Amino acid sequence: MSSFDPDLPYRCAPSVSLRPEPFGALAYDFSTRRLSFLKSLELVKTVRALISHPDVHGALDQAGVPAEQRRAYLTALAGLAEAGTIQPR
Amino acid sequence: MKLVDQFQHGLDAPICLTWELTYACNLACVHCLSSSGRRDPRELSTAECRSVLDELQRMQVFYVNIGGGEPTVRPDFWELVDYATDRQVGVKFSTNGIKITPERARLLARSDYVDVQISIDGATAEVNDAVRGPGSYRTAVTAMGNLAEAGFRDFKLSVVMTRQNCDQLDDFAEIAERYGAQLRLTRLRPAGRGAEVWNELHPTAEQQRTLYHWLVANGERVLTGDSFFHLNALGSTPLPGLNLCGAGRVVCLIDPVGDVYACPFAIHDQFLAGNVRSPGGFAEVWRNAPLFAELRGPQSAGACGSCSAFDSCRGGCMAAKFFTGLPMDAPDPECVKGHGETALAALGPGSVPRPSGDHSRRGRGPGPVPVQIGWAPPAAGLPDRACDTSPLTGLAAAGR
Repeated sequence: MSSFDPDLPYRCAPSVSLRPEPFGALAYDFSTRRLSFLKSLELVKTVRALISHPDVHGALDQAGVPAEQRRAYLTALAGLAEAGTIQPR
Repeated sequence: MKLVDQFQHGLDAPICLTWELTYACNLACVHCLSSSGRRDPRELSTAECRSVLDELQRMQVFYVNIGGGEPTVRPDFWELVDYATDRQVGVKFSTNGIKITPERARLLARSDYVDVQISIDGATAEVNDAVRGPGSYRTAVTAMGNLAEAGFRDFKLSVVMTRQNCDQLDDFAEIAERYGAQLRLTRLRPAGRGAEVWNELHPTAEQQRTLYHWLVANGERVLTGDSFFHLNALGSTPLPGLNLCGAGRVVCLIDPVGDVYACPFAIHDQFLAGNVRSPGGFAEVWRNAPLFAELRGPQSAGACGSCSAFDSCRGGCMAAKFFTGLPMDAPDPECVKGHGETALAALGPGSVPRPSGDHSRRGRGPGPVPVQIGWAPPAAGLPDRACDTSPLTGLAAAGR
């Protein structure tokens, strides 16, 4: 598996279904049958926005993630990439 | 708010739910949670099942764990599985393997939305069949062979941990590996017919310790359905999972006649929240049942509140307490600090609740119904390991 590179375009994996919840969203991957949690509304927005941006930074901008939280969000997104919830496109 | 607190207050829809499609079963396992055997004439029709699945799709329930009874003996079973997966409701169904033919296994292997869980409760036929009935080990092994042959990867091999099979942990892992399956271990609950055999079959305190360390060592590779969170007090490493009682908060059960219970281990009037046939259907029950509102509210920790381990075990399993006659704020009957043992010893006669439903087959019938629990006399030949002692051995020492 290649490592996460926020300068590249990503998307939410087609096998993943997101269900909105008050804390963010539940993400279920039908191919790996793994459940994961998106623990903030901004993270959910970011994941959904990935498809329409040429890189991850654009999606973070659209979701309104403040600069001082970028690093934490990139770490979370790297984890999602590793789990296959998001993938390069 | 921490995620676990969020779950404590309940979700808009369950993450997954268990749906027992029928009380009919070709087996008669001594520890059956739902006291299954005979079909109930009031069971949901095909059309009613379809409308429940429509509702689950609307609520975005990711998957449903279908069980029984033996769900595959329903003539409309495969049709309902297709109906669910066509609506992006994943299905994991639990079976003893009776209908998993080579042809069926090939069909199942094609879908991402279907997962299969084969139950065995012993790594050897002797240990398994003593609990699940003669021939059941062979049926399960044949089914696993068919799935593996069809290229179905990572189906689940599901084992209820008992005093007789706790020493077979590595053997179960080996069987799972042989068939390309993932091992899933769950806790023996004193629910349904399980209430009658729990005293003899539940693991000893020493076995619980072994199990905990084995689970910690094997990490996320072994699934547990979050069933062993009561063991977390045994060490500093929490077991993988949410480690909370999800009853009515993130999970629930729909039984074959449409009754909705707080959890799969709690088929009793006490935990009955409503019925999917009533106005508003399942969603109404999930969102507004007074019982669920109560479960999502603050729970009394009782005497456990002052225990140093409370944060790791949270008082244990509601169903295990209830069916052994303990109050909801008592310690878990298998409390690793031994408090459950003490609480059980203090119970008066008649404390254990009477079951509120029983679909066991009557009499001896044609089925493999063990009339007595436990082992045949030693002369009849005992299983080669794990069972070379009386099932009562260790009972007095358990939980010390």
